[in-house]
This record gives sequence, structure tokens and C-alpha cells, in this order.
Amino acid sequence: MKKKRVIVIGGGISGMEAATHLASMGYDVTLLEKDKELGGHLLGWEKLFPTMRMGKDVVEFLNKGITLSKVNVIRKAEIVNAVKTGEIFTVTLANGNKFESDAVIMATGYDLFDARKKEEYGYGIYDNVITSADLEEKFLSGKPILTSKGNVPKKIALVHCVGSRDEKVGNVYCSKVCCVTAVKQSIELKESIPGVDVYCLYMDLRMFGMHFETLYKEAQEKHAVNFIRGRLSEACENQDSSIIVKVEDTLAGKPLRMTVDMLVLMVGMVPSAGTVKVGKMLGLKFGPNGFLKSMDQHTMGTITNIPGVFIAGTCAAPRPINNVFVDARAAAITASSYLEGYDIEKRISYS
Amino acid sequence: MNYDPFVLPLCIGVIILAATLAYKYLYWILTLSNADKFKILKGLFSFRFFKACKEVFLESLVHRKVFKVNPLLGYMHMSFALGWLLLILGGTVESKIHSHRPFNAPYEPVFFKFFNHDISMYPWADEFQLLMDVLLLFVLSGLVLAIIKRIYSRFFGMKKTTKLRLGDRAALMTLWLIFPLRFLSESFTSGIYHNGGFLTDGAGRMFATFLPLHNLSYISWWAYSFALGIFFLALPYSRYMHIFTEVILIFLRNFGIRNCKVYNSFSAVEVHSCSRCGICIDKCQLLTSARIRDTQSVYFLQDVRNNTVREDKAYDCMLCGRCQEFCPVGINLNNIRISKRFDFTPGNKNFEYISQKIEKTAPVIYFAGCMTHLTPSIKLAMEGIFRASETDYIFLDKDGTICCGRPLMMAGEILKAHQLIEKNSKLIKDSGAKTLVTSCPICLKVFKEDYLLNIEVIHHTQFILRLAEEGKITLNKSDLKAVYHDPCELGRGCNVYKEPRQLLNKLVDLQSIKNEAEYSLCCGSSLGGLQLNSVQRDHIRIDTLAALQKPEHDLLVTACPLCKKTLSKGADSEVKDIAEVVWMGMKG
Amino acid sequence: MKDFGFTINKDRQIDMDTADMRVAEYVKTHEPSFNICIACGTCTATCSAGIFTDMNLRKLFTLVKRGEIANTRTEIAKCMLCGKCSLACPRGVNTRNVIVKINQALIKFSL
Repeated sequence: MKKKRVIVIGGGISGMEAATHLASMGYDVTLLEKDKELGGHLLGWEKLFPTMRMGKDVVEFLNKGITLSKVNVIRKAEIVNAVKTGEIFTVTLANGNKFESDAVIMATGYDLFDARKKEEYGYGIYDNVITSADLEEKFLSGKPILTSKGNVPKKIALVHCVGSRDEKVGNVYCSKVCCVTAVKQSIELKESIPGVDVYCLYMDLRMFGMHFETLYKEAQEKHAVNFIRGRLSEACENQDSSIIVKVEDTLAGKPLRMTVDMLVLMVGMVPSAGTVKVGKMLGLKFGPNGFLKSMDQHTMGTITNIPGVFIAGTCAAPRPINNVFVDARAAAITASSYLEGYDIEKRISYS
Repeated sequence: MNYDPFVLPLCIGVIILAATLAYKYLYWILTLSNADKFKILKGLFSFRFFKACKEVFLESLVHRKVFKVNPLLGYMHMSFALGWLLLILGGTVESKIHSHRPFNAPYEPVFFKFFNHDISMYPWADEFQLLMDVLLLFVLSGLVLAIIKRIYSRFFGMKKTTKLRLGDRAALMTLWLIFPLRFLSESFTSGIYHNGGFLTDGAGRMFATFLPLHNLSYISWWAYSFALGIFFLALPYSRYMHIFTEVILIFLRNFGIRNCKVYNSFSAVEVHSCSRCGICIDKCQLLTSARIRDTQSVYFLQDVRNNTVREDKAYDCMLCGRCQEFCPVGINLNNIRISKRFDFTPGNKNFEYISQKIEKTAPVIYFAGCMTHLTPSIKLAMEGIFRASETDYIFLDKDGTICCGRPLMMAGEILKAHQLIEKNSKLIKDSGAKTLVTSCPICLKVFKEDYLLNIEVIHHTQFILRLAEEGKITLNKSDLKAVYHDPCELGRGCNVYKEPRQLLNKLVDLQSIKNEAEYSLCCGSSLGGLQLNSVQRDHIRIDTLAALQKPEHDLLVTACPLCKKTLSKGADSEVKDIAEVVWMGMKG
Repeated sequence: MKDFGFTINKDRQIDMDTADMRVAEYVKTHEPSFNICIACGTCTATCSAGIFTDMNLRKLFTLVKRGEIANTRTEIAKCMLCGKCSLACPRGVNTRNVIVKINQALIKFSL
């Protein structure tokens, strides 16, 4: 019998892991990646919370899976069309190549929130306002962290919830990873810049993951990171290009003004452009926050309104890496049982 | 003298109407402020009087502005107003020529056909018959439209919430009866005596074939007189009060009297001038986007008239001014709304803590506005432009400042707004500036309208254009395609339409859009709409953005920090203030 | 009674059992967005009046919700209704109308 074929769209963590497992189960798997390299956003993170292990370790783990399971990887794949005809999916690339399959895994991931949309925070306006991704890039480069004028920063503030939980930019959900990323980056800043003062400006600290709370405590205990409960209202620039931040210290019950040498915006996750594009092509449903919608929040995760299309990772919701791994494997399982003729929808007795 | 008892209803109606109107108008005029009364006195003996007469003819009779918005509606209004007036004038002339007397009983022209069966014995008799019948037909055609409109608009829900009071009901019913009854009376009489024109005589001959006209004609004259009498009695208590009140309004306005946000007898004249044409209804984005159906100006003015204004309805309005822009009567709907909000304000404000001082003097004073502090790009662009043009200026609210007072004004807190106005006025005066530049149209509006500053107050678009014209800055044109969104307070509020466009034409490839200038839609964040929830605001914003989508463009330009901030959420293209576009080009 | 060297001062604590919730209830009914505040303090931080005075909108809202309305009248009188807080609020609380409604409630209940 001819091998059943699966197309996995997106070569980030979820796509690579789902592809690996499906291929290991004996399916003919094609992984489509828009960039020239597999790994997605993970390539941009130096160390990972909560263990501070290197991001590249995880990329290596993923890559090994792809190689060992003999996944057919197509890089620089720009999808121009994706349709389901009968039971067969056809994905067309910009270069004219066509791929057919019996199932599709959507692993199209997230984009980082464009911090320029939060104009009052000054990203793209003031030189010393950067995002968490920019900071990560600085860590990756291995160079010392310096202000725009090349000085060693003495005071740095990290702003939580930029582009998350904010009705004013249209993203009302929590991006889950920013709080702990702020804690992680605070520690890294403290470690790499001796004597620097680090302030986290937060609304709520959502340390939901196993060991996240430990990391938070470590930031306080070992590194004396300051946590101020108050959301940034606006930032201004001084003549010397240092940044003035305005928050209310809600625990002290007073407005607070502080000059910092660097302001780091913890940008949240938004549905990626690719998620929206390919999702629309396939006729997938989107939830109220713009991420892909599974058929049921509790029981039908990874399963979409189109039979044969499964969702994995952050194209469905913001998730940390450990959850993405689990999710990708779940998507592989549900795709496999679908290909073997198992109809999970039979079990739905509610509307 | 011709007399019959059936003329009594008409005569009684007219006398009581005249007395009521005289009482109301005198009361309103006498309760105006002395300054306003002086304006009337001055106006009566100036060319403004003739200007007003011309306007009365164009607006009260021809209904030119209604025509512009809706030709069918305009025709309907004109046929009633102009048609009826011409019928009265024509009838009067006819009866006087016929009786060879300059004075006859005032009801005689109305019931001319009843009293005069022989119509061949006076000059131009045939022409008069033709003219009078044409005019009657003209009015009747308007009536048909009115009936269609009433039935048709029900489908639109327009009348759903307009609760007709007794006066309205009586006036409406009798108004609809007057002209058919006149037609029947004249036709019946003509069926007997053949004293009608082509219409009434033709109809009369037809009726004569199957109706007992001798009995019917007398009854129909009674009915006609009753209809007229009841209409005139009901008129002051119905929307038809606008017929006479609009004339008064036009004169008062031409004499320079304005609505000043405090409800006074001029406001009463404005409120009673509303003809409830309903043009304001579908201009209201609260209806079209937020689905709030019972707060449009026509309904609100009715509530004001009936003294039944509810607090939530007073606040359910963005004060965007779209309805006002289209109001054929030119009522200052925004200020009336504000004056009514005032009734619900607690007036509990204390600004004693404000103690800002001016440190230096300069020819130009810049007021960015509260909202501009949340859009720092605009602020930075303006600072850059000031620097580049070597303008000596004071940045009044560099580190935040006293609010301009417009938001309080919009909330109906007029007295409290004046506390802020006083404080800011002092600062501005102390600065010695000759020009006040603001980036926020909301501020601009109050600075222009309510501050009594003896200096020039302009928006930054006007200021930048002047700098460019004086050669103090150079504008660089890019080939970006852009559309321009007129902010409510800048466009309709302060009548600044020209300068932003002139400026943009020097900067980008400006595309024209559907809802431009006075037709511009509100972004949804207006400070006037205190009560709107975020979902309703979002509906308005989304619809406005959708309307701004076409034609394709790279840049959505506006001139208000609040519009910019609002439209940035969900816009496909980049949203920028004009100042930013200018500064972008200057930086290169 | 024996003196233990300390007293429990009633005014030191919020007594939710006897708190005057009329203002809070009135505002919640007439401006439901009052409920969705998460006390992030953005309004207080951005407040135009906050530059000149110690008025604290976030705190004021919290106190009203706890029935602590003794100083509400004098504090809320300092608001200029400029609307910056509305524009900054991440939750979409209709802050300006909340203030208007608090004011109205204070008058309604003669507080």
C-alpha cells in the first residue's frame, strides 16, 4: 500500500517535532518552512526559561529528529495556495512546485507584537527603548549590553504586557511567556552587567509554569531584581537619551517617575501573518483573538473544523516551549489516527 | 360682506394662533440677554435684515438645503411651504380684484369659491383659475409624498421612537386633511356652479354624475374650515411650530445672535425651529454603527421641547457634529446637547491645586494637548519643526499641564470648564505670545470658541503651512499615496479643511475619499460620547476604518492625536499625523 | 477592662460588613465597565491632574468599591475629565463616565 502523505506547514518547534513523529510513524512527511533555516523563533533566543539551558541545544534536538526520521524539508517555501479537494490537500508554492497530502499540520506559529503600535512607549522613537527580542539578540551576539550611546547602562526597566492584555491594541489575551521571560532576562542582565539596577514593571506576575516561581524567587533573592506593580503609562526621552518612565506604584499608592538608561518592552505574541494567510486558504476558523480555533477547548485541541487539518503550537494560542512540544506530539497522534480511519468527531455528543 | 357661520372655525383658529405666537415670540425675545436684544435692534436697521429676508425665502420657503441633501424631501417641504403661501397670496389678490376693494373679510380669499359662483366678471379670471388649481395640485403632490414617506420610513424605524403627542397628532391629521378637503369643497361647488379651474371643475363635473353635490358641498366647506381651524390651534404644540419659528431664527441668527452652550430663549427658538425632517437620523454613526436608535438629534430636540430629556439620552452623543452639518435649519445641535448635559452635572470640581507659572515670554506658544502626550511622535515632530524653522516658542505643556477645558465642556461641566479657561488664559496672556499653536483639535475648538484670547489661535497644520509659505521650512514631496481623515473637532468643529489638504498636496500623493471634509466620519473616540462602551466605540472605529480603506494607500493621515491613536488600532496602513509626515520629509 | 497596651482602632480597617456600597453599586449599574478595572495604575500614572496634586484615580476607584467614600468628593473634584486615562486604560474602562457617575452618586446620596 502506498504511504499516506502529510504536509507540515511551518518549521518551528511545533512543526519540526510533529513532522519528526509522523515520519517516525511511517508517513511520508513534507515540512514546508518559509525561511532558509529550520527552528523558527527559537533561533532568536539565547537561553531558555526556566532552566537557562541554551536555545541552540533544543534546535539541535529538533534537527536531529528531522534528519533521523527522514522528513522531506522544503526551505524558503512561500505558499501561494492551499486547498482541499475531496480528501486530498494540495499546497502550491511560489516557485510553482505542488505538494499533495492526505493530512496537513498547521504549525505556522506566532509573530511578535509590533511594539511601535504602543506609541506612548516610544519604541522606534527613542533609541534606548528596545524589545525583549532585541535584547535576546544582544545576548546572542555575545557583545556587551550597551545603551545607544555606547555606555554601560546603570538602570534598566522591563515592561510587562506590551501588546498583551491591552484592549487598546486589540489584544486582550495573556501571552503567557512574557512574565517569565522578563524574570529570565532580568537575571541575565544582572549577570552580564555588574551593578546594574533592574526594575520589572508588571500588572500581575503570572508564574504559572513548574519552576517559574522558583526563577522569580531567584531573581529576587540572588539578583535583587526590583518588582514594581504598576503598568507603564508613557515613556519620554531626556536630552541625554535616557528614558523617563511614568507608572503608578500601585502597592505604594503613588505615581512613580524613574529615569532609566534602557527600557525593555516584553512584547507578546500575535497570530503570525502566515497563520492568517494559510488558515484563510484552507478555510480554517479563527477564534476571537485571531488565533486558529480548535473544535473544542477541552477535548478537541489540535483538531480543526476542516477534517485532516491539525493545529500545533502557537498558531492556536500563546504557549511556552514545553507545552509546544507536547502539543506537537498530540497533533501528530491525532493526525495519525485520522489517517488510519479513526473518526474522533463521532465522540462529540454536544453542540 | 359675505358671511356664513362655517368660517368661524378658521377665524377662531387664526386668532388664537396669532395670539399664541405673539406671546411666545415676545417672551423669547424679551428674555434674551440685553446684548442680544441690542443686536436685534441694530440688525433691524441694517443690510442684515435684507440678508435675512433672502434666507427666509430660500430656506423657509424653497428649502434649498433640504433639496441639496434629499431632492424628494426638498420638493415635499417646498410644495407645502411655497405652495401654500402662493395659494394664500394668489387667493388674496384674486379676491381683492374680484371685489374691487383693497380690504375684505380675511377669510374671504380662503373660501372664495364658496362665496363667488360667478367668476367671469373680473380681469384675468381664467388665469387665476388655472394658477390656483396648479398650486393646489402642487401642494397635493407634496402631500402624496409625505404620506409615502411616513409609511416608508416606518420600515426604517425612524418613527418608532418619535412618540407623537396630542398636538402633533391633531396637527398632522388636519394638515393632511386640509388640502384634500379644499380640493373636494372647490370641486363640489364647481360641480354645481362651474366656477373652478381645470382640476376642480373637471373633478366637479365628474363628481356631479354620481354624488348629491348640493348636500355635500356645504358640509365639505365646514369640514375644510374645521381642518384649518384645528390645525392652527394645534400648530404651536406640534412640530409645525417650525414654520414660523424658523423665520424668527433666521432673523436672530442674521443679527448675530449665537447659541452659547447655556440653554436660553435663543436655544428655545432653535429647538422649536426643528421641522423633524429626519435628515440627521442616518447621518448619526451611533445609529449606523452602534445601533443606538433613539438618541438622534431629531428625537433629542423633541425631548427638549417636551421637557422630557433623560440623562442617558443627553449623554448618548459623540458631539461629532455630523447631524449639525447637515441640519437644513442650521440648529447648533451640539451646543443644545451640551446645554442639556449641564442640567445633569454635579458641578463638583476644585482646581485650586493648579499653580503653573510662565517662565519666559515668546511670540509663539505651543500647546500640545493632553492626548498628544500619548502620541509622542507628533510632539517630537512639532519640536523638530519649531527648531528647524527657528521659531521662538514656549512649550506650555511640555511636562503635562492643565487641560484646555473642552472635555469638561463636552461633558456639560460648563462652569468648571471656565475655571480651567481662566487659569490657562492667564498663562497664555503672561507668555506675551501673539500666536497660539495647538496639535489637538479638541483644544483648538475651545481656545477659539470659549477663550477670549486676543491672539491668533491656530492648529499646527495651519502653522506649518504658513512656515512653508514663508520659506522657513522646506517640504519634501514623497510618492506615497495617502488618504486624509478629517478630525471632527478640526473640520466641522473649527472649519479647518483647506490647510491640511494644501499641506498634504505638497507632501504626498493625496487621494480623495468618499466621506471627506464635512462628511467625514468620527473615529469613535470622541470625548463627547461619555457613555459609549468600548464595544460600541469599536463598531464605530471599524466602520470608519472600512470607509477609509478605499482607495488604496500607503499612509492614513490625520491631524488629531485622538483620531491617530484610535485609528491605529486595526488600520491596515500606517497612521500618521500631518506634522509627522512633514517632519519625516524634513529629516530626509 | 484590662489595658493590654494596644487598642483596635476601627478606622484602621475596611469593614466590608458595614461598608457604604451605595456609590459603588450606583456606578456599577450605570457604568458597568467600572467592574473590569484590574488596578494596573495606568490611569494614575498618566493623569493630567496627577502632576499637580495627589489625586489617585486607581486608588479612588478601589476605595469606592470598598465603600471608603469619606474623601471621594474632594478628591474627584480635582479631575479635569481630560480623558487621558480612558485612552490609556488597557481594560477599556470608561473612566470619564465612571467619574461622572461617582459624582452623580455622591449628590444622589447626599454624601
